[in-house]
Amino acid sequence: MQRGLDSETKKQLEEEEKKIISEEHWYLDLPELKEKESFIIEEQSFLLCEDLLYGRMSFRGFNPEVEKLMLQMNAKNKAEEEEEDATVELDVSDEEMARRYETLVGTIGKKFAKKRDRANYEEDENGNMKPIKTKKMFLKPQD
Amino acid sequence: MAERGLVASESLAGCRPRAARTVLGQVVLPGEELLLPEQEETDGPGVAGERPLRLNAGVRSRLRVVCGPGLRRCGDRLLVTKCGRLRHKEPGCGSSGGIYWVDSQQKRYVPVKGDHVIGIVTAKSGDIFKVDVGGSEPASLSYLAFEGATKRNRPNVQVGDLIYGQFVVANKDMEPEMVCIDSCGRANGMGVIGQDGLLFKVTLGLIRKLLAPDCEIIQEVGKLYPLEIVFGMNGRIWVKAKTIQQTLILANILEACEHMTADQRKQIFARLAES
Repeated sequence: MQRGLDSETKKQLEEEEKKIISEEHWYLDLPELKEKESFIIEEQSFLLCEDLLYGRMSFRGFNPEVEKLMLQMNAKNKAEEEEEDATVELDVSDEEMARRYETLVGTIGKKFAKKRDRANYEEDENGNMKPIKTKKMFLKPQD
Repeated sequence: MAERGLVASESLAGCRPRAARTVLGQVVLPGEELLLPEQEETDGPGVAGERPLRLNAGVRSRLRVVCGPGLRRCGDRLLVTKCGRLRHKEPGCGSSGGIYWVDSQQKRYVPVKGDHVIGIVTAKSGDIFKVDVGGSEPASLSYLAFEGATKRNRPNVQVGDLIYGQFVVANKDMEPEMVCIDSCGRANGMGVIGQDGLLFKVTLGLIRKLLAPDCEIIQEVGKLYPLEIVFGMNGRIWVKAKTIQQTLILANILEACEHMTADQRKQIFARLAES
């Protein structure tokens, strides 16, 4: 004896329920309004229209900080326009910097190394600092 | 005079919309519609000689045009909402078609996002300050919006102080909000403006004229004596010099230079330089 409903009748019942629910939903009976892609953008700000200088100004050294700011901000405006690409001339070349840093790591590291480790540093001193040797650990004796 | 006005208004009312290109630098009135360069071909039987030949008439390469203050978008055209001269600026880079705006004059300021303004602190309620910027409502300024401000390290701002800041929120639906730091968290000259000095109000057009990159007035003023000026886009200027008399002279010059011709200005500066 079948107590439950058939799968088919179940499906039919579900479909009927869905139909009733979707018919109850409200919808606007208007034609589809397509919003055209507009090529006009609205802006209310004058900053885009006219290149205005920075609002704080100081003359003849009255306020040195503001004078520094003036140079900075007005130069920023000009830099954006001209897209300056001048590479700054280096006082120290990159290779020299790398060499200095190599030795620097060793000297500063020595400061924080413990007394036992300092011995490792001094061994390889030919003008170049070499890194710490492996620490002496307990070696398990082989039978 | 009234008859001429009537005739002019009738002729404008019955007119076709004009091309924006042809009206540059001329006075436009509210209600006029302006055509952008791409649309001139279809509307304009009289300008047959200028119509360029197009092989592919259906496809038009559209440029992005920005309509600035005083203009509104109306379908594909620009609608003028303020009276003044129409200006145009070509873009420096990129594919946009440039920006059109109306150079108008007014005294009442409407807050705009990104503008640097001078405000007066009117109230201190909880965590925010209420700052009067000359608009329809006071702007709110949070106490954390200063450089180096934390919950424990509060900025030293009292009621009645002058603040130089910029708007982060400014539209017709919400209360304007301003801050005294930029997006990186640095002050860049914003914050409380120092002691002494004089604050006075001028028209908005004068501020823009004085802040133009090649403004002669500012260059001449700078040669007189040591001084400091702060310009707010809301029509407020704060000046400070070493003595009260110098400060007052400066304020009078800046207020009066709007209506003076270049010659009159040079005369006054010459007289000041002598004394």
